[in-house]
Amino acid sequence: MAEAVDYKQIGTTPVRPDGFDKVTGRAQFGADVNLPNMIHGKVLRSPHAHARIKSVDVSAALAMPGVYAAISGADFPGGRLEGEAGGEGGGTMDDVAKNVMARNKVLYHGHAVAAVAASTVRLAEQALEAIKVEYEVLDPILDVVAAMDPAATLVNEENYTALPEKPESPSNIANVGRLERGNLDEGFMAADVVVEREFTCPMAHQGYIEPHACIASIDERGRGTVWCSTQGHFEHRAATSKMLGKNMADLKFVATEIGGGFGGKTVVYLEPLATLLSEKSGRPVKMTMSREEVFRATGPSSATVARVKVGLRKDGTITAAQSWIAFEAGAFAGAPYMPGAMSIYAPYEIENFLVETFDVLVNKPKVAAYRAPGAPQAMHAFECALDEAAQLLDMDPIDLRMVNAADEGTQSPYGPKFPPIGFKACLQAAKKHPNYTKPVPEGAGRGVAVGFWFNVGMQSSAEVNINENGSVMIIEGSPDIGGSRASMCLMAAETLGIDYDDVRAQVGDTESTGFCNVTGGSRTTFATGMAVTQACEAVIADCKRRAAMTWGLDEDQVEWEDGQAIPGPGVNADVKPLSLAELARKAGKTGGPITARASLNAQGAGAAFSVNFGDLRVDRETGKVDVLSYTAIQDAGKAIHPAYVEGQMQGGAAQGIGWALNEEYIFDDKGVLENAGFLDYRIPVASDLPMIDTEIVEVPNPSHPFGVRGVGETPIVAPLGVCANAVSRSLDMRITDLPMSPPRLLEAIEG
Amino acid sequence: MVRVVLSSSMAELTGGVREVELAVGNYRELTLTLCERWPQMAALIERSAVAIDGQIYQDAFAEALASGSEVFFMPRIEGG
Repeated sequence: MAEAVDYKQIGTTPVRPDGFDKVTGRAQFGADVNLPNMIHGKVLRSPHAHARIKSVDVSAALAMPGVYAAISGADFPGGRLEGEAGGEGGGTMDDVAKNVMARNKVLYHGHAVAAVAASTVRLAEQALEAIKVEYEVLDPILDVVAAMDPAATLVNEENYTALPEKPESPSNIANVGRLERGNLDEGFMAADVVVEREFTCPMAHQGYIEPHACIASIDERGRGTVWCSTQGHFEHRAATSKMLGKNMADLKFVATEIGGGFGGKTVVYLEPLATLLSEKSGRPVKMTMSREEVFRATGPSSATVARVKVGLRKDGTITAAQSWIAFEAGAFAGAPYMPGAMSIYAPYEIENFLVETFDVLVNKPKVAAYRAPGAPQAMHAFECALDEAAQLLDMDPIDLRMVNAADEGTQSPYGPKFPPIGFKACLQAAKKHPNYTKPVPEGAGRGVAVGFWFNVGMQSSAEVNINENGSVMIIEGSPDIGGSRASMCLMAAETLGIDYDDVRAQVGDTESTGFCNVTGGSRTTFATGMAVTQACEAVIADCKRRAAMTWGLDEDQVEWEDGQAIPGPGVNADVKPLSLAELARKAGKTGGPITARASLNAQGAGAAFSVNFGDLRVDRETGKVDVLSYTAIQDAGKAIHPAYVEGQMQGGAAQGIGWALNEEYIFDDKGVLENAGFLDYRIPVASDLPMIDTEIVEVPNPSHPFGVRGVGETPIVAPLGVCANAVSRSLDMRITDLPMSPPRLLEAIEG
Repeated sequence: MVRVVLSSSMAELTGGVREVELAVGNYRELTLTLCERWPQMAALIERSAVAIDGQIYQDAFAEALASGSEVFFMPRIEGG
């Protein structure tokens, strides 16, 4: 059990190891890798949202001077691929392969149909125009509720709802989730107040600033290296090798620096294409997506329709809750329907509830994980219903949540009892926060909502090498997106008892370190950090053994303190302590280099709760919303690097506010995305937002040596509800559809 | 005895049985016992996470179970 400890390194805020290279432009991102004789790959994308492919002819493109290779679905190995892809709702490997390159049908506008590699980008683009594709255009199905109708156009005629007994007919519903407890009728009978509403959330993109990019260099034997911007190069290697029928040992994957992922870079898009084009051309092939391609063919999150009913007693106790949520999966199964079901009521102790969720195919891009996938949409609906209930009961919205708050020992809606959690501590911190105790500015509304995410552990590896001067080199396999190398260095320095400046960390390629799952699920500081800590503990054990050998003592007579070996209490030995540097210098005489490694499948990731509130004001003439202040409070277990924890909280808040106020995919009736660029798809910029105030709550996770909980995903959950509740209170009318963009709000204001 | 709570998708295989009590000493014995009783359960167990006395395991294998332990099967979570 991690207790409050006076740490020397943990809790400090050094500049991240990659910071200098990033601000000076030296850092190598996906598109920055260049190789001799490199050529350029581009993708031909479907102009239709739904069509049968009658033929693809790349011969004219291949005949063009300077074009080295051209591929289509026919160039991929046939047969059904087994297994599942990584990332939340990654889906089956077979579906991912068909998303990377269409086979018999195109299922959304922008779906990859063919690809070429040519000496220049311009020539590659010209070659795409020479590819002849014959389509039989089909009607697209775009509305999630309409898609659930048994008579609806089918996205995939071979999709049957996954039920124990295979249904007689195919359907657009791929999966169904259901959680229930107690007796709904009795619960609603006991209620003094019932709120029932339908809410919608739009499809939104993760909005990472760096587009997908990779370069593949494959030799005549089919072996080679792929450099890519990824959240998980091991899983990208596995997916690429599987799709191409290769032995994964023939491919080395190198994770470049990454300019954001948020779940969207747990998925392969370009890597199998670049690998195949390189193998066919005998040249290194570089592929980078334009922003338009990123919008049309990667990400996004699921759009949802959620119907929520909640009953409460006068004292605020929730007596019953019932929810129905349809998640758009896009063209392939894999919407986060189950995490949505499991998270919607997670912060609360509710006696009687039912939640039903649906994973529904529509002719839109295949959705990908986006920070706490499924939770923002589901919890937005429930948090808004609770806010309306608080108004009807004339209760403070934090007090209402405190009445129902889950705590250690509460049976979660998804089954197990909670171990120690920090939800009540977050509510208490919010209630006494100076931003909450001050009056709401005139004309504004104050919105309150809470967030939750499970967090995960999963598999990680790390190696710790002690240099000859006692400095430390960590090699880990988790791509660093949010400053995790700094956290690894801090945990290593703390464990070893040395200075942060004496520790370096690098992300190894797939041939340099052991397997690591994706950097996702808020798991890296928790799980990979645990591997680093265990490797450092093994180094200490080895150093104690070497010191004992040097002093002629038994190993158990030596202790490790402040970065040096010392004789244990009561050991009568006239010796000087041996520092890590001194032990490293003499390593050749005591057994050779000091090095240790650890690999694990980390269990017991502690759930993270948050409470957010903000003051928002609507300009009634234009519908524009101003965020006057915003406060995010979250339980981090133990903040290894508090500044980067705050950064996660602020970044998640900014993304959630963007999703609530402006971001949405706008499709025409043919399924063509009309706003595939940052001018028309508006994410918040610095001038749109106030400083996001933060408060880190620390209720240690007993499963981690330092008490760490994941922090990366929970921050995006609450802002949707905060914004909706603030705007609703300021307008004195319930706004149930996101985003609350100016035209939508004007329509509501004008009645 | 160990109290085992099955997920809703598992309950569809068991004819609605949601809870069983098993005399087992570790998680491996528990899964073998369930599969013996409901052979189709193996694939669902493989795709499930499990909570043992409140601690969530994405990949449990042979974790020790004490008399009075509670085991909940639940969908796997990965995140973004």
